[in-house]
Amino acid sequence: MLEVQDLSVSYGPVNALRSVTFSAQPGAITAVLGANGAGKTTLLRTISGLAKSRSGSVRFEGEELLGRAVENIARRGIAHVPEGRGIIEELTVEDNLRLATLWCMGRHERQGAIEATFELFPRLSGFRRRHASTLSGGERQMLVIGRALITRPRLLLLDEPSLGLAPLVTAQLMALLRDQTLGTDMTVVLVEQNAQSALSVSQRAVVLNLGEIVVSDSAAAVAGNSDLRHHYLGF
Amino acid sequence: MSLFINYTLNGITEGMIFASLALALVLIFRATKIINFAQGAMAMMTTFIAFSLLSHGLGYWWTFVLVLAIGFVFGALVERVLIRPLQGKSELNPVIVTIGLLVVLEGIAGAIYGNASRGFPAAFSQSGLVVGHTKIAFSHFDVFVVVAVLVLMGANLVLFRATSLGLRMRASAFAGEISRLLGVRVGILLTLGWALAGVAGALAGMLVAPTSSFGPYFMDLILIYGFTAAVIGGLESPVGALVGGLITGLCTSYVGGYLGSGLQPLGALVLLMVALMARPEGIFARPPARRV
Repeated sequence: MLEVQDLSVSYGPVNALRSVTFSAQPGAITAVLGANGAGKTTLLRTISGLAKSRSGSVRFEGEELLGRAVENIARRGIAHVPEGRGIIEELTVEDNLRLATLWCMGRHERQGAIEATFELFPRLSGFRRRHASTLSGGERQMLVIGRALITRPRLLLLDEPSLGLAPLVTAQLMALLRDQTLGTDMTVVLVEQNAQSALSVSQRAVVLNLGEIVVSDSAAAVAGNSDLRHHYLGF
Repeated sequence: MSLFINYTLNGITEGMIFASLALALVLIFRATKIINFAQGAMAMMTTFIAFSLLSHGLGYWWTFVLVLAIGFVFGALVERVLIRPLQGKSELNPVIVTIGLLVVLEGIAGAIYGNASRGFPAAFSQSGLVVGHTKIAFSHFDVFVVVAVLVLMGANLVLFRATSLGLRMRASAFAGEISRLLGVRVGILLTLGWALAGVAGALAGMLVAPTSSFGPYFMDLILIYGFTAAVIGGLESPVGALVGGLITGLCTSYVGGYLGSGLQPLGALVLLMVALMARPEGIFARPPARRV
């Protein structure tokens, strides 16, 4: 379980997060919603160690994450797919996948995991030797999600996976995410501006506004609250 | 015709040495996006250490291996102590620090060993080989130079293309933050890049010293040639460093042979200008990808 307690983050004089408290359960998707500048990306970056907190605590399975190096957090089974698709364009598709497995898998297990990822995303299989820079937006998103899932993470942090994707591709990605999460012990935190799409696959939802939590409830309750939807989620 | 052949052979040998220093510059640039202006001075220092070891009676090959190891440690130390604290600060800072290091190292070498030029022993005979009845401008030592640099290049190629360590190093150089998110210990790999550059530089110093006047400033001109080679090849490509080194070596050899040795640096600078105008990103730079 991920437990965020009284987390505050500042960029100079700007308070990006103010006393944010919520928890995310294993086997479930927790959507983090809100407008631009609400602090969603900062929240994920702080959990994965990329941003420094001013105060508070982030515990995953009882272990404090704040203050640890980014790579050490990743090595605890925490995968962060950053906004903007985070592929390494200069590497081939296969090397992008291989890179994620180096710290936790032996040679044989690694190749099996890569092939399993290509089975999950057959479209990528034909591009395995191509530079990732040649992929389309949807293919890039498949690659980063495949790369995040390849190590079977215990916590998956996804930042705007639907950004710039066609509605059909977004729906496919969300369905895949739901299938990969439900019935497993993986905890997923999904940051999205496309609130409707995110709520359709999530079990819990946290709504942020100007760095503060406005509501933390079940996804169904948030989707059913028309005032909340109208004021903060735009649908 | 025989002059042309001799100039060509001489150019290949010199080009290999330039390639070695160019490789050092490339390894650092692709890892940290820094041009190490002190690379030549670092090579000069390790060569002086070799000189001291040889003077104290240590065998050539022991000295050779030991100096490459010292180059490795020296490169790592420079990154950890001088370059790492500059991360995230102005891009001008590493330029100033590496130029400062160049001046300091040359000053230290001058203070310890004096500024006079001296000789440095070669691993093999420097007398030209005889082909048929003709002595050519290519000695056993030149063969050693070519083989040593090719082995260094080959080892780097294998490291970067065929090992998981090389994959980590490439990933760290291209996208440090993403690599860290994938569990890669980027900091250690950046240090390793500088350390390997230290080895390439130390090798260049050991190969140049027997062929020139060896003193505190003997690598300054070689650094310019090495830089020219690295730019021609495309600052981030080890293969480009080899090809750029050969082009620069041949150019300076022809200029030196036909027009006079005093014009060699000018020849290299003209070559650099032409290369920058014709293909500023370098021969082996990957063309920008087209999004589809």
